[in-house]
Amino acid sequence: MRKLTLCLFIATGFVFLARLMPTALSETSTPLGLPPALYPEANPQTPEKIALGEKLFNDKRFSSTGEVSCATCHDEKKVFTDSPLKVSEGIQKLTGTRNAPTVVNSGYFEKVFWDGRSPDLEDQALHPFTNPVEMGLEDHQPILDLVRSDPEYVEAFKRVFNKSGSAITMKEVTQAIAAFERTKISGNSPFDRWYYGGEENALTEAQKRGFDIFINQGRCVSCHVIEQTQALFIDNRFHNVGVGINEIQNDVPDLAGQYIRAEVTASEVDVKVLTDKRSSELGRFAVTRLFDDLGAFKTSTLRNIALTAPYMHDGSLATLRDVVVHYNNGGVTNEGDPVNDFLSGGIRPLNLTDEQIDDLVAFMEALTSPEFAQTASQK
Amino acid sequence: MNNSDITRRSFLKDMGALVTLGSLPLSLVELAFAGSTKNFRFAYISDAHIQHIKGTKFVRNWDRGLIRAVAEANLLQPKPDFVLFGGDLAQLGTKAELDHGAEMLAKLKYKFYCVMGEHDYYLDLGKYWSELFGPHYYSWDHKGVHFVVLNSILTYDEWTYDRWPTAEQRMLEMAGLDNPNGSPFMVGEKQREWLRKDLEKVKKDTPVVVFSHSPIQKIYKGWNFWTDDAEEVQALLSSFVDVTVVYGHVHQIQYNQLGNISFQSVMATAWPWPYPQSYAQAESYLPKITIPMNRAHPFFERDATGWQFIDIEMGRIAMHYNLYNNTNRTVAYNPKTGQPEDKDYQSPENRISPQIHY
Repeated sequence: MRKLTLCLFIATGFVFLARLMPTALSETSTPLGLPPALYPEANPQTPEKIALGEKLFNDKRFSSTGEVSCATCHDEKKVFTDSPLKVSEGIQKLTGTRNAPTVVNSGYFEKVFWDGRSPDLEDQALHPFTNPVEMGLEDHQPILDLVRSDPEYVEAFKRVFNKSGSAITMKEVTQAIAAFERTKISGNSPFDRWYYGGEENALTEAQKRGFDIFINQGRCVSCHVIEQTQALFIDNRFHNVGVGINEIQNDVPDLAGQYIRAEVTASEVDVKVLTDKRSSELGRFAVTRLFDDLGAFKTSTLRNIALTAPYMHDGSLATLRDVVVHYNNGGVTNEGDPVNDFLSGGIRPLNLTDEQIDDLVAFMEALTSPEFAQTASQK
Repeated sequence: MNNSDITRRSFLKDMGALVTLGSLPLSLVELAFAGSTKNFRFAYISDAHIQHIKGTKFVRNWDRGLIRAVAEANLLQPKPDFVLFGGDLAQLGTKAELDHGAEMLAKLKYKFYCVMGEHDYYLDLGKYWSELFGPHYYSWDHKGVHFVVLNSILTYDEWTYDRWPTAEQRMLEMAGLDNPNGSPFMVGEKQREWLRKDLEKVKKDTPVVVFSHSPIQKIYKGWNFWTDDAEEVQALLSSFVDVTVVYGHVHQIQYNQLGNISFQSVMATAWPWPYPQSYAQAESYLPKITIPMNRAHPFFERDATGWQFIDIEMGRIAMHYNLYNNTNRTVAYNPKTGQPEDKDYQSPENRISPQIHY
């Protein structure tokens, strides 16, 4: 595993964050409910780098049509997703196969993308630029041409990296974007104030009952982890929960065979899984070629989840209630449908009542951070 | 690092995963032998313990284990020449359980061989099992290797025929662990005589692979990780150059070398057992070269279960364990040391930390 180190610039970062999200963060501490932010040694945070990253993140010129930026699918007003789209729309409204995951708290992820095909945010940022259904560039050269010639970028890259001309590569571009993304941390939800802050009235009675189900009969906490001092609601693992794969069960031998026989090479995976819906449903298997990963996708965080419908890697479940019903059925959306052969061993019928399902949904609605609650109410 | 470096890095990383897959799929058994034998692969699924509740209801967890192993074995490439099922298809030997299990096994796309387990046998002494799967012990030759299936879970006639008022009670007594009413497994005189004659026609340099449910060695008597006449069976095999015994029953990874005989266990699809050395209520003979795997995560029902495929090269086997929520492992015969060894974790400094936490 890559060595991560606590950033010296943490306080500076929070001053900057406070400017971006005035209601969110105190200037001196980690948001309630989150662990201290971790930054890679190789890419330390600086205010100038973060500002450059934000500019790059929002620059539509890095797409073949000049109409799509990172922010198109990761819109701050939508908790850095493109809710309510089921799957993302890139250039010319071309659609991919997967629901845009939030950037918020992505700095804590050990792997990036629904199938974990990138090891970190820096690597992740490379791929959408050249994916034909996202930003549609042939290669990264147009980006490099721009950042090497546009006066604002020339000045910024000089200041941040002390580099200019051909010394600027995609390494610097993606480092700046990742640095910006790592500032997007968000806690302080009603749940955090109740569980970590001791505010008895921060949750409703239904939400408190929902919490009990979350950690007991619902078995949710086993993957959406809550710890003694923090809760990221992720386990950095991949699970076949019966979404997507259920629709292609008869095709698995053909589709999986292409990967086992290496007809799809590792470098082709990014394009293949976003342009071919059936391949997409193989999940992490397309990356690792391990049977244990068939139909498996990364555990999503649940923070701000009430604001980012629809759900799951393919956006196929419209509401949080639909999601809970899917799990309650033991990994099938419609009760009685066949369970897929490769279902994760953690998924089984839960025998929750309608009231318990409602309470669980109520609990998830208590995971919204105040800065996003505000943007949501402005919609 | 420039962009092409980054791409190359992730590419190499992915290629690493590819190579890993190529070398270790499921419980793949690879037999490697000298002389005229060819290299080939077969798969091995074992200990499904399909358990009937009532009506059309069966224990969901055990069903899922077998369904998943069968579905994954069907994806193997290169394709296996055949599949073994290593015994204990049923939990209490009923027709309902055997039928339900046979139905799931019928989805295998390969030629199929079956080994008798005590959970299949002690209700009707293998009668219905035979209708589904044929004889209780048999042999065949394949690409230069002589394969033998033994029924190793027999016991004394008095215990089997005279002691119990009902067949159901007999089944339950033999299914118990640490049960003073139980009885040690054995191959028995009649079958040993059959084996002696069967091996008479086999050349001494022909690789021999024996499949049994219980280990044809003595590990832990309380749970019948044990065959009482193991030494007599081993003696019949002692004159061959390459002998491997593959067994189920123990629901864990074990391997051992006794004289010319390599022993390797296969995983269960149902549940894991603890290693005798960690249970330790009775003297344990757990083979010294076995590296215990890390124990089950309590949330993931499939963890610490699995299945395997076996590549045969030059008459020796390389057993590839396909493990869920766990790192896949390969235990292969090492010609230099003359014993089976875990390819990655044999030396203590290479062991992954959870393996010392059971």
